[in-house]
Amino acid sequence: MTLATSILHTLAEPFASPVVARAAGELVLLGVVAGVLGTWVVLWGLSYSAESLAHAMFPGLVLAALTGIPLLVGGAAGLLVAALAIAAVGRVDGLDRDVAVAVVITTLLGLGVLLGLSPRTPKGLGSLLFGDVLGVGPRDLVLAAGLGVVCLAVLGVLHPTLAAIGFDRSSAGARKGTAADVVLTLLLALATLIAVQALGNLLVVATLVGPAATARVLTQRLAPMMALATATAVVTALAGLYLSYYAAIAAGACVTAAIVVAYLLALLARAVRDARPRAAAAR
Amino acid sequence: MPPVTTDAPLLLIADDVAATYPGAVVPAIANVTFTARAGDRVCVLGPNGGGKSTLFAVLTGALPLSAGRFELPGGGAALVPQTDRSRLDFPVSAFDVALMGAVARLPWHRRPGRADRVLAAAALERVGLTDLAGTTFGDLSGGQRQRVLVARALVQDAPVLLLDEPFRGLDARSADRLTALLDELAGEGRLLLMASHDIEQARAWDLVLCLNGVQVAFGAPDQTLSMEVIERTYGAALIPLADGAGAAILPAHHHHDHR
Repeated sequence: MTLATSILHTLAEPFASPVVARAAGELVLLGVVAGVLGTWVVLWGLSYSAESLAHAMFPGLVLAALTGIPLLVGGAAGLLVAALAIAAVGRVDGLDRDVAVAVVITTLLGLGVLLGLSPRTPKGLGSLLFGDVLGVGPRDLVLAAGLGVVCLAVLGVLHPTLAAIGFDRSSAGARKGTAADVVLTLLLALATLIAVQALGNLLVVATLVGPAATARVLTQRLAPMMALATATAVVTALAGLYLSYYAAIAAGACVTAAIVVAYLLALLARAVRDARPRAAAAR
Repeated sequence: MPPVTTDAPLLLIADDVAATYPGAVVPAIANVTFTARAGDRVCVLGPNGGGKSTLFAVLTGALPLSAGRFELPGGGAALVPQTDRSRLDFPVSAFDVALMGAVARLPWHRRPGRADRVLAAAALERVGLTDLAGTTFGDLSGGQRQRVLVARALVQDAPVLLLDEPFRGLDARSADRLTALLDELAGEGRLLLMASHDIEQARAWDLVLCLNGVQVAFGAPDQTLSMEVIERTYGAALIPLADGAGAAILPAHHHHDHR
């Protein structure tokens, strides 16, 4: 066997397994969503909301796992409860919105863990927290594809509006600004809800925000940022899967680690790029 | 100074306008009554917190009226904000920002088209920034950013421009350049309103609206800016000068209610 065929074999081998192939398909689909939606999440400063949404649905997911109803339904119910609780706590005098979110989210996450550690809980809690990308079924792939279509369509139409309002909120009327906030938050909630099953409650934020944050370091325009974010999401997903397959480590953790490495490489690349003209100027 | 024409069409009619921020009890502005015509350059003069930005928010529709009414018979009003309030780290070029003027005018589901791109390029040429159209907004100088935001307002195609302290932080050369541009735009029949706390700037414009929560005075600067009006506009911010010749305005500072 030549070296080339050996490399090819090494690259192709994991995908012979339908489990890995489906995982790769899911991660690529979610990667496209992360690239485009994640760009707006980063530019609108919604990263904290993304994390909060993921944690807020956790008790709902655990309850769904305990009672056997679909995780999607449990997660959605958890989000609804969290939204109502945040609205209620936000009305307490002297507490601003961030405090309200923090109080509700930590309470809900704690409640979820408490439920998850009860003796009657089946052994699936780990996969709720850290995801089970290798457990992705055909139905998950259809959901992820549907999410991708919805995200790309909505964000494609709203692109100029989101750019204009994100750049300068005073340029749009109050009503348009609020509507844009609501649409972005709904898309983020939907993406989190669908991605959380493959990626897990703790890692979903890294996958939704990490690639766009990486792209932001290296780009100065919206379209290249989205393209680079999508590419980063797809490449880190595949790299993570290979690492997981050959090193026999949990897939979700490998993908997240790959994203962190990509982000650090981006910071390094920018530092090198910025240092070069200065060195030339100093000469 | 160009003569104030009286037969130019009215572009702004404000009648006893008042506005209160959500949750506040006391209105931020009240009793604002004035009219202005095409070609007028109106300086909105007042201390920090005097209601200049509030008036602009009302005129762009961002803040609802709590009393009175206003009309913009020639069309809408476009805001030219302070450049440090726009996101300097946003990944857009000067051209992208100019084109956002079209987004403000179009319904949410419409994308700017080729005609809008031509308008954006023309607006950047108008403000003398064709060469820098492809530069990232945050990399431009303060004066250049201010002119990009004027270009955005031109693409929005509003007959009324609301400029929020446009000369703040500009060096003398940038300020001269902006002055020339604004005079040209007024000469074309736009109505300019400029928020400022600089009395000298107010004296150089056609009309002055003195605002300190309520409207203190409105009219041509040389007839309006009496010592008494300035005292009432700036209130407690004035200190008497030692030689007894008049009063000076203290540097802006914030008042805090200690409870």
